[in-house]
Amino acid sequence: MRDFLLVLAVFVACVVESVEALTIVLAVGVTRGWHATMRGVAAGLLSLAVIVAALGPALTVIPINALRLVVGGLLLVFGLGWLRKAILRASGFKDLHDEDAIYQRQREAAEHAEHTGLFGDSYSFTLAFKGVLLEGLEVAFIVLTFGANQHNIPLACVGAVAAIVLVTGVGIAIRAPLARVPENTLKFVVGVLLTSFGMFWGVEGAGGSWPGSDAALLGIIAFILGGALAAVAWLRRVRAEQSARARVDAEPLVVGQS
Amino acid sequence: MNRIGRSLRGFAAFWRDFIVGDDWRIAAGVIVALGLTAALAMTTVPTWWLMPIAVALLLASSLWRAVRASQR
Repeated sequence: MRDFLLVLAVFVACVVESVEALTIVLAVGVTRGWHATMRGVAAGLLSLAVIVAALGPALTVIPINALRLVVGGLLLVFGLGWLRKAILRASGFKDLHDEDAIYQRQREAAEHAEHTGLFGDSYSFTLAFKGVLLEGLEVAFIVLTFGANQHNIPLACVGAVAAIVLVTGVGIAIRAPLARVPENTLKFVVGVLLTSFGMFWGVEGAGGSWPGSDAALLGIIAFILGGALAAVAWLRRVRAEQSARARVDAEPLVVGQS
Repeated sequence: MNRIGRSLRGFAAFWRDFIVGDDWRIAAGVIVALGLTAALAMTTVPTWWLMPIAVALLLASSLWRAVRASQR
């Protein structure tokens, strides 16, 4: 019975961590392409394997809060940037398809980095790499702490592997349907998710804690999504007022010409 | 030497664009908010409420600046 509970506890905890990593990988892969994203995943897994192999049980001394603070802060900055652009596009203040042009300009400006980099789109690579490495480290901590407490690390590994296989399978299954969602809608959702995860990890990394622990993430996502939708509604009203005013200003000219 | 300098400047510009993006105030605001959260965590006051308020203010002010810029 104790063994079953150990596997179950590790399985559930690792499902939560794997879903967090999967969300980031899917979001980045679907919106920016899979090539660099999968390289980021592979590099994250490879780094994780090297860290686990080199440190083993000493892994628990890595300052996970410092890592959460840095990763959380960066995700928050990236997420707010994505959300800002998606809100401006959804409300008509920005062209729907300007991202490709901006990205192209950045690529040209970053010629040096692109020539020396092996990873293609650095943005996708970095986000996928960080997501997989941080969540992977958390999975490793769970396996080590739960397994060491019950003197059965191999059994804890079984629970973790089962969770990762299940979540990866779900990710592969939903990849194709996700690709059919309109581009700006996806970017909007990615902005909401990156900002939410960033806020969650950032506060934990800074030494704070959320009421309800991991469950607070759902509340944070609802808060960010609600705020972003309210911002779109607000800016659409502002845009409509601007257009109405512009029409009124243009009217005498039209009458004068006829 | 000139070529190395240009490459270094290009490299720095790439990373600035990559991390900071369109509005540097968002990145600066996030750093300040995380710092305040860390400071608050050293006291007995709950910390979780500060970040949602900071994020809402940062996003709203950045959007408002973008709207005003489009009016000019």
